[in-house]
Amino acid sequence: MSDHIEKNLANDGIDRRGFLKCMAWAGTGMLWSVSGGVLSSRAFGADDPAVGAAAASADFSFVQVSDSHIGFGKEPNKDVVATFTAAVDRINALPTRPDLLLHTGDLTHLSKPAEFDTVAQVLKGAKCGESFYVPGEHDVFSDGGKAFKDRYGKNTKGTGWHSFEHKGVHFVGLVNVADLKPGGLGTLGVDQIAWLKKDLEPLGASTPVVVYAHVPLWTVFPKWGWGTGDSADALALLKRFGSVTVLNGHIHQVLQKTEGNITFHTARSTAFPQPAPGQAESPGPMKNVAADKLRSMLGLTSVKYVEKHGELAVVDETLE
Amino acid sequence: MRWRTLQIWAVLGAELIAGFLAGGCRESNAAAGGPVSPSPMAEPPAATQPSATGPVGIDNFSYNPEVITVPVGTTVTWVNHDDVPHTVTSADKRFVSSPALDTDGRFSQTFTAPGTYAYYCAVHPHMTGKVIVK
Repeated sequence: MSDHIEKNLANDGIDRRGFLKCMAWAGTGMLWSVSGGVLSSRAFGADDPAVGAAAASADFSFVQVSDSHIGFGKEPNKDVVATFTAAVDRINALPTRPDLLLHTGDLTHLSKPAEFDTVAQVLKGAKCGESFYVPGEHDVFSDGGKAFKDRYGKNTKGTGWHSFEHKGVHFVGLVNVADLKPGGLGTLGVDQIAWLKKDLEPLGASTPVVVYAHVPLWTVFPKWGWGTGDSADALALLKRFGSVTVLNGHIHQVLQKTEGNITFHTARSTAFPQPAPGQAESPGPMKNVAADKLRSMLGLTSVKYVEKHGELAVVDETLE
Repeated sequence: MRWRTLQIWAVLGAELIAGFLAGGCRESNAAAGGPVSPSPMAEPPAATQPSATGPVGIDNFSYNPEVITVPVGTTVTWVNHDDVPHTVTSADKRFVSSPALDTDGRFSQTFTAPGTYAYYCAVHPHMTGKVIVK
């Protein structure tokens, strides 16, 4: 751990800069590039020139950040504002300014007004175009989502779902954390699915579609609630499209899956990692992780989507 | 599902009770208080609190125990031992649900009518529990 200490002010074996270096896994987000309707993505890290190069040759790029959990303050991350800010710093260090920023939920930990304030303050520093948000369960459970919608869901429908076009790509933000039922998974509900049907109807099948929601829209691990009960109804509406990219958060780790023309991807948290499905007693934060082990354990994994015989293929690669 | 009926304790102090539960609900040898008769009491003795039980622990994303059976009039207390927030939310709005319980957060609810009260965590709905009031 000594190579992470430059100024050990608190005499606790690690300084702020070293802390952020150790927490490289946490200050991450995803940079997405769109080229001729084909999306490619990379997790962005401070020292990766390839990230910027991918964006530079694209039609446009956007970033996904997730699970900032502002308000969390326990092991393994007692300064989630710092790691969230580190993610913003990395966005700002990109050579090409992203057109959009998507936050896929759990902006806050306890949906307190001060936490929502902090999220806004940190993201105010992000040099990118417009920002879009979908709530996580931590953003809505205390007041039914009112504070979230008032502040981060203006001009959205229902509990915060929305769609827009950007340079030929159709973006859809879905909410699957409202009105959760006991024992159940995430849920979209009939109203939202009816809206989605109408929203997609006018689009040609060649329109690239990006769908983002907090809880995975595929069943990752139902025992921990990692899935969306009625996602099949939404995915059925997306099947006819040639290119569909589904972006989620919630599980604080990168997982991908391809099903036909639909590619699913979950993003890391900027706050703390969670265990792989079923690999711990509960999905709580991974606490006792040695700082020098974090980077190798969580690493910085990137995903690239390449066109191949009309299908999308997922290529995993590490940045190291 | 396995469950057991908890004995009803007078409130001796939360930590003491938590210790009993952690120890597997063994018999109390406490000098002060001791088990309160489960039979209904119109007027509790002045020196003790009203009939109470718990706390029901919230550990590792589950209610422990998941099912408790208590007499009418019992105040049940939950305490969150996890590092993430949980709630005690009535599944059918039959009691006032808790706010967010952060680490060590507590919530108490008095059950004045017999019945089965199902509840869950509004943040993690796969977490469920029941209070059976007899």
